[in-house]
Amino acid sequence: MRSVLPILTVVMAILALWYGAAVMLNRQWTLDQAARAGQDLTIAQIVADTMAQDRPKLPAPHQVGAELWNTTGAMVLEGRAFTRRSLIWHGWVTLSATLVGFGIGTGLGILLAVGIVHNRAMDMSVMPWAIASQTIPILAIAPMIIVVLNSVGISGLLPKAIISAYLSFFPVVVGMVAGLRSPDRMQLDLLRTYSASPSQAFWKLRWPSSMPYLFTSLKVGMAASLVGAIVGELPTGAVRGLGARLLAGSYYGQTVQIWSALFAAAILAATLVGIIGLIQRITLKRMGMAR
Amino acid sequence: MAGPVARPGKGTIVKSAVIKADHLDLVFQTNDGPVHALSDVSLSIEKGEFVSFIGPSGCGKTTFLRCVAALEHPTGGSLSVNGMTPDAARQARSYGYVFQAAGLYPWRTIAKNIKLPLEIMGFPRAEQEERVARVLELVDLKGFGNKYPWQLSGGMQQRASIARALAFDADILLMDEPFGALDEIVRDHLNEQLLALWARTGKTCLFVTHSIPEAVYLSTRIVVMSPRPGRITDVIESPLPKDRPLDIRDTAQFLEVAHRVREGLRAGHAYDD
Repeated sequence: MRSVLPILTVVMAILALWYGAAVMLNRQWTLDQAARAGQDLTIAQIVADTMAQDRPKLPAPHQVGAELWNTTGAMVLEGRAFTRRSLIWHGWVTLSATLVGFGIGTGLGILLAVGIVHNRAMDMSVMPWAIASQTIPILAIAPMIIVVLNSVGISGLLPKAIISAYLSFFPVVVGMVAGLRSPDRMQLDLLRTYSASPSQAFWKLRWPSSMPYLFTSLKVGMAASLVGAIVGELPTGAVRGLGARLLAGSYYGQTVQIWSALFAAAILAATLVGIIGLIQRITLKRMGMAR
Repeated sequence: MAGPVARPGKGTIVKSAVIKADHLDLVFQTNDGPVHALSDVSLSIEKGEFVSFIGPSGCGKTTFLRCVAALEHPTGGSLSVNGMTPDAARQARSYGYVFQAAGLYPWRTIAKNIKLPLEIMGFPRAEQEERVARVLELVDLKGFGNKYPWQLSGGMQQRASIARALAFDADILLMDEPFGALDEIVRDHLNEQLLALWARTGKTCLFVTHSIPEAVYLSTRIVVMSPRPGRITDVIESPLPKDRPLDIRDTAQFLEVAHRVREGLRAGHAYDD
């Protein structure tokens, strides 16, 4: 609990900066309106107005907080948690694509890493392609994946999941190659003295040794998956998902909606990464590897 | 398992040598040119002997052990282990290898660590338990089977690694500076225990060390080696009795052997830079 005070301090500092920036950015609109109406405003009136605009350049934190509550908690209370107005519904749409994509990406990443560690040809050939794949801007390739898959009759969750997988396999490959190679020469020699087969060496030594690396890359991969799912929602016509909320918000100048969708995505990502962190701690503790 | 085979070599009849090296050469090709890790090493080790290999870094003592274990392959000469090639001897589980670091898996308990070779070699489950219990007692770690490695001191971890090497009943024990990373007090204690273990089990021990007192205290024979190229400069038969309390190291006889080892090292220019 010693960390509470520093965290609170940082949060307070961010909130203060945010309110300050909101006043600065939204002031001009308030002043313009007042000038048009021929009014003179006191400083207190100006500050109050900058925090209560319908379409502010930068919404104040409490506006975002209120919007978040109205589209989540309040809707749950009304029993409309899974309607189109609800961020919970949009969040679930994004989350399902994220999780499927994360699963595919993690599986693919681990398979590639196993291949790279055990096969010299794959070691030489796969890594450059994996790196090249990540240099292509996802925003450029996402619409193409959506269009191509749509033309063969695949739409909905799977195209988004594939974009998620495309982003999340890479950290898993890099992390797991390092993890599977982490046993030192002495440990590998010891297994050779037992005439252990490569698969025995893998399951008894390489795989358990790579666990700390796996969880670290899963955290990065999960965050990348969420980004992929959101990006995948942009070209689909802003129908459903957090990405759709972001896009719709920017179409109609609904800055409060954009920011609340952003925060919903951030909270979702933090929760997912937090869950992985928890599993990591439990697993490594049970393996006797907790540091 | 094939018993020791008498092999005629170079006109002499060799009696049952467990390990027999004949004009062994090992040249590593490196970017800086060839490195003679072993040059013309001939040595015959009988069953039940405790042989120490001593010399400065680069003298090939570890390399020789690795050749016996088939972790390196000689480029010249011949080497037989239990009358077989080193590779065949490894398949026949002829030796247990103890490295400088205990190398226990942190995610396995001590008992599960000792089970590792048994699992790999496919021993039946019930027999695994029984063997683990037996070797834990042999290295004085009874009751520590369910502990994780980090819960044990460095000396206890190294004992566990010796237990792991003993678990599958190899009759040769190869030890590569097993106590090199431990402090002297722990090392004395482990040396005493190792001698007791050797007396009880009658294993053939090959022991690589940097320490002259350790080599003299433990061995029936001391092989002095020197570098560039790695070769044997002296082989000293120890006149010490088989029963050796720690304070034997203060006797004149002990100091005399230690002196001869030091002379051997000096003759091989081991002290040159």
